Amino acid sequence: MEWANQLCENRQFGSKMTDSKYFTTTKKGEIFELKAELNSDKKEKKKEAVKKVIASMTVGKDVSALFPDVVNCMQTDNLELKKLVYLYLMNYAKSQPDMAIMAVNTFVKDCEDANPLIRALAVRTMGCIRVDKITEYLCEPLRKCLKDEDPYVRKTAAVCVAKLHDINAQLVEDQGFLDTLKDLISDSNPMVVANAVAALSEIAESHPNSNLLDLNPQSINKLLTALNECTEWGQIFILDCLANYTPRDDRESQSICERVTPRLSHANSAVVLSAVKVLMKFMEMLPKDLDYYGTLLKKLAPPLVTLLSAEPELQYVALRNINLIVQKRPEILKHEMKVFFVKYNDPIYVKLEKLDIMIRLASQANIAQVLAELKEYATEVDVDFVRKAVRAIGRCAIKVEQSAERCVSTLLDLIQTKVNYVVQEAIVVIKDIFRKYPNKYESVIATLCENLDSLDEPEARAAMIWIVGEYAERIDNADELLESFLEGFHDESTQVQLQLLTAIVKLFLKKPTETQELVQQVLSLATQDSDNPDLRDRGYIYWRLLSTDPVAAKEVVLAEKPLISEETDLIEPTLLEELICHIGTLASVYHKPPSAFVEGSRGVMHKRLPARTGSGESTESPDVGTAAGGSAPEAAPSIIPSQGDLLGDLLNLDMAPPTTTGPPPPNTGMQMGGMDLLGGGLDSLMGDESEPLGGDIGGSPAMGAGFGAAPAVMPASLNAPVGGGLGDLFDLGGGVGMPMGAYIPPKTVWLPAMKAKGLEISGTFARRAGVIQMELILTNKAMSVMTDFAIQFNRNSFGLAPAGPLQVLTPLGPNQTIEVSLPLSTVGPVMKMDPLNNLQVAVKNNIDVFYFSCQYPISMLFVEDGKMERQVFLATWKDIPNDNESQFQIKDCHLNSDAASSKLQGSNIFTIAKRTVEGQDMLYMSIKLSNGIWVLAELRVQAGNPNYTISLKCRAPEVSQCVFQCYEAVLKN
Amino acid sequence: MIGGLFIYNHKGEVLISRVYRDDIGRNAVDAFRVNVIHARQQVRSPVTNIARTSFFHVKRSNIWLAAVTKQNVNAAMVFEFLYKMCDVMAAYFGKVSEENIKNNFVLIYELLDEILDFGYPQNSETGALKTFITQQGIKGQFQTKEEQSQITSQVTGQIGWRREGIKYRRNELFLDVLESVNLLMSPQGQVLSAHVSGRVVMKSYLSGMPECKFGMNDKIVIDKAGKGGVTDEVGKSDLGGGGSTSGKQSIAIDDCTFNQCVRLSKFDSERSISFIPPDGEYELMRYRTTKDIILPFRVIPLVREVGRTKLEVKVVIKSNFKPSLLAQKIEVRIPTPLNTSGVQVICMKGKAKYKASENAIVWKIKRMAGMKESQISAEIELLPTNDKKKWARPPISMNFEVPFAPSGLKVRYLKVFESKLNYSDHDVVKWVRYIGRSGIYETRC
Repeated sequence: MEWANQLCENRQFGSKMTDSKYFTTTKKGEIFELKAELNSDKKEKKKEAVKKVIASMTVGKDVSALFPDVVNCMQTDNLELKKLVYLYLMNYAKSQPDMAIMAVNTFVKDCEDANPLIRALAVRTMGCIRVDKITEYLCEPLRKCLKDEDPYVRKTAAVCVAKLHDINAQLVEDQGFLDTLKDLISDSNPMVVANAVAALSEIAESHPNSNLLDLNPQSINKLLTALNECTEWGQIFILDCLANYTPRDDRESQSICERVTPRLSHANSAVVLSAVKVLMKFMEMLPKDLDYYGTLLKKLAPPLVTLLSAEPELQYVALRNINLIVQKRPEILKHEMKVFFVKYNDPIYVKLEKLDIMIRLASQANIAQVLAELKEYATEVDVDFVRKAVRAIGRCAIKVEQSAERCVSTLLDLIQTKVNYVVQEAIVVIKDIFRKYPNKYESVIATLCENLDSLDEPEARAAMIWIVGEYAERIDNADELLESFLEGFHDESTQVQLQLLTAIVKLFLKKPTETQELVQQVLSLATQDSDNPDLRDRGYIYWRLLSTDPVAAKEVVLAEKPLISEETDLIEPTLLEELICHIGTLASVYHKPPSAFVEGSRGVMHKRLPARTGSGESTESPDVGTAAGGSAPEAAPSIIPSQGDLLGDLLNLDMAPPTTTGPPPPNTGMQMGGMDLLGGGLDSLMGDESEPLGGDIGGSPAMGAGFGAAPAVMPASLNAPVGGGLGDLFDLGGGVGMPMGAYIPPKTVWLPAMKAKGLEISGTFARRAGVIQMELILTNKAMSVMTDFAIQFNRNSFGLAPAGPLQVLTPLGPNQTIEVSLPLSTVGPVMKMDPLNNLQVAVKNNIDVFYFSCQYPISMLFVEDGKMERQVFLATWKDIPNDNESQFQIKDCHLNSDAASSKLQGSNIFTIAKRTVEGQDMLYMSIKLSNGIWVLAELRVQAGNPNYTISLKCRAPEVSQCVFQCYEAVLKN
Repeated sequence: MIGGLFIYNHKGEVLISRVYRDDIGRNAVDAFRVNVIHARQQVRSPVTNIARTSFFHVKRSNIWLAAVTKQNVNAAMVFEFLYKMCDVMAAYFGKVSEENIKNNFVLIYELLDEILDFGYPQNSETGALKTFITQQGIKGQFQTKEEQSQITSQVTGQIGWRREGIKYRRNELFLDVLESVNLLMSPQGQVLSAHVSGRVVMKSYLSGMPECKFGMNDKIVIDKAGKGGVTDEVGKSDLGGGGSTSGKQSIAIDDCTFNQCVRLSKFDSERSISFIPPDGEYELMRYRTTKDIILPFRVIPLVREVGRTKLEVKVVIKSNFKPSLLAQKIEVRIPTPLNTSGVQVICMKGKAKYKASENAIVWKIKRMAGMKESQISAEIELLPTNDKKKWARPPISMNFEVPFAPSGLKVRYLKVFESKLNYSDHDVVKWVRYIGRSGIYETRC
């Protein structure tokens, strides 16, 4: 009765303002009641009931039990009711596939309806029902609809092909729908063209190598024509598709650009950004001296600026893209600094992005304005924003030398405000300014020291400690300051501990007489009481360095530091190129390649910018949708540890901000090679007190004694391994005085999250200090926490096995990432694999066990004592039968023989002799594998010829191929 | 493409949930609620990635609209679509509010089915949509075949924004030039940045399929035509913006964007604005200028800190336009520190009040003629605090409305051609109006 009353009311007030009642929670027996209503004879009542069902569905209630009753309402003349039933079907058909068949007849019938709106509705809905049996029935109606006389039906059918492809790709191919879809690109109706382009682009993404879109000058012309006529959305589809094309020459490129530029005036920001993408990409091909090139550059700025008057969310997207554009082509917006000034009421995400772009655009011409703004921002409320503004001031100082002085005084003003996080941030950036302009602004140190006590963040503490250590000679009470930090040494973060260790060593080298005790204290804290291997290692290195040769120690520790570079936070060039090809999309918002956040095959192919070509010579074939396919998987950006890391550590460059390390530091210090002394282990130190510590550093015998005594406390068990480790470290650097580390391939994804219930594993192998390590990154992409990790290897060619358990101590939460390095031994069970360097791995966690296989570079098995005696080499070379010799070519390698040799040595490939015959350098090298196999090599390098020839001889010739791959990898990286 | 679209109320309850792609599960609805709506921290980005799923959201009053995807979609398009969705809903049932959404949820589902297919946005012009999504489901049956094909050809056609066969007894055009002038000024009166973002909004009530041509005093066009070329101005005296004191002939437009009805290629080649207008109200173009802007008001602040517990503030505003014109709805907002305990205000004109809840003194003046000056002074008493951080001194902001275009833009002509029907340009009644409003008009103090 109540329900009837309500209905009456409805009639009175019309159907408006009443639907909300469906959202009210109903009592028990609801389903039963609905069932009755759905089967009612009255049309109105039926419709009301279906509405209630949909409302329940929306809020997440399970109303699948009503499936047959709802489907029964499908046969109706009432379009509104029909749409509601369809909506229900789309939601539940998958869970009730058998009953969904009941709907097929109606669909097929509707596809023949006289009303085009109904035909389209049927084909649109049918494509959304992911039930195999229904899809079978869909084919015939779809075929008809693709050729329907009405454009509305055709445009709907075009999208339906993409839907069907998503359900059953094979079926679409077998039925020949792809060809029909291609034909639609020539349709007379622009919207049909646009939808066909969208559908084809999507399908093409999952077949990277198919020539599906078949973009050629004729089809491009059709697209450009449709571009002028279709809806704003259609224009976006077409522009995004155009961006995948690579024109044959600069003339074609220019003519496309000319036809795309009018889109820059479109009211829809997405149209504008997609047009910018096409232009940015095709511009690559235009010669820079062309007039049109300049015109185009000028045309790009105003629309980009206009995007900043859009709604904040779009501004955010635009700013993220402008950030890329400014990095790629700074000239476009160099005069537009003012538009990036932050408005007081901008949302925080817009503010932070604007700030980033301001720094990128800062130059001598506008620095005064920029600084004034930044100073203003530094007094705002949002902590993140203020921090970033302070940091920006520091970056301006580093970028624009003329402004440095003003920046420093601004920073000092800010320090005076005593606002805790402002002070800390300022100190961090002042440290960088010191690095950039040595001996210029040290007068401010006194002011900085006043704030020592208020620093509670590791980065700021570390920066301050660095400053104190670096300028110890100018700070009267440097020892007291550092000592005060030492009290809570074990509570500090690693960053601070490392810094403190180095700073005190520096202090000692500068003022040896007063600080002996301090340095002993810190060395023992670092080496004996710490669990952190990095800290211990560094402690031992300093210890030995100081005890063996203080002069050398001074040269090493107090060596001149390389200047830090001006441009910071730049996106790595290959990634930047790829992101430019993705302007407007999510990738450009995240500043990550699509493969980083898209699952499966879609969007994983890398796009790249076209190369500049002269007109007439058409080098690129037109199969360009796939231009992407070309780039090698290595293109995936990952951080390759920069060479000289090890030295960097010693010299304490590691805590420099995200700046790129410059050229390796002058390392004369390393050549004094404490090698022999070190080789003897710590014993020699203990025994010999007076000798190692020469007097010229002003050291007294007491100093020597101090050092001599300290190691005695060390547990004996530590001696051997540590000694060895250090020896290795020095071997690397000391041998030829060359700062190369072993080659470490970039990390690749070994186990995609899709295959492992959300666990993604990527990794690489490295040989560090003689220890083989598997370096893993575990990422939890599932929604639940992962625990109990363990790892196991299958038997493999070189007996690799984990030397310890996988150390994942804390549970891995959703979206968390952890880096683990697993030391490996080579004493496991052996079985020959194909390929030789294949490794099958099983990883277990609380959810399941997952298997994957990966290939390791054989270079990590090259041991450190692989340098053969000359005589032995000659004899062995002759001894190995010629059948075992294999020859390879290394192409496009532009190193000279010395550089190559030193590079290879980093990976334990040792050059034994070098001969020069007729301008051709012959390098003879030896390698020893962990299982004792020797590989001998002859590398021929001809000056001016980028192709090397390499001959490998080995008693086990099957390793040659792998060894050759290593050569290639090492030389080219 | 867009994988799904959800609408939530402020509590995070789902009002509408439509999934377009198989890769989006029901848990996505909850993930957004938990991680964004119920997040403890303020939202730091309009795009959020949760477990490899990207969420785009916009807020309209208390309503959250979220689009979800697992692919590398065109992000700008998704936001444009979300705004468009709000526009469409507003055009159908007014304000986008929880009540209206609940009352019209069936309609919204119907719209979502039509304007988004498999996550690809389709024709979303309200004019076209309203011809066949009517909420009177039965209508479909009574349409004739001609009507049906007219609908489909409009929805998919080149001129998707206008239907054939529109008739008016009186052909009329209303043209509004609406500008918002933005300013950021230093305490010393130096213009840090200033720009005008303007819109030309039209209401057209024209019969048939008229072809229109719009002209303004765009520097590029004027320079090209030469001074003698400008003959066809429509009533220069009554249309021209009266505010421009400089009497300049033309203005430099930094950039402009157009409604999709405007032929962009023609603008690109000839810089002429020609189009077939939608029926009723629409935004013809947007533009931006930065040069020679008439700043209608100048704000001169003076803040003095008297000891730790008192502030003296004096603000002078000067109007800078023809004395014969009147500015309206003037409001000056002077921020006060959080620890304000009391305020005494004296102003020459209008009313001023200290609003504690907004931490500001709000000074309102109903009307003010050009070339005038007015002043307010206030004494702010502060509670002593031990907060070391100084007051951030937010800028003084201003609101106003003036009857001229601060950019100096003038409409030169708007011609209407309809070849098939027998009315000519002269028969159309045209109205032009200029309104300049404050955008973000701030002076630092």
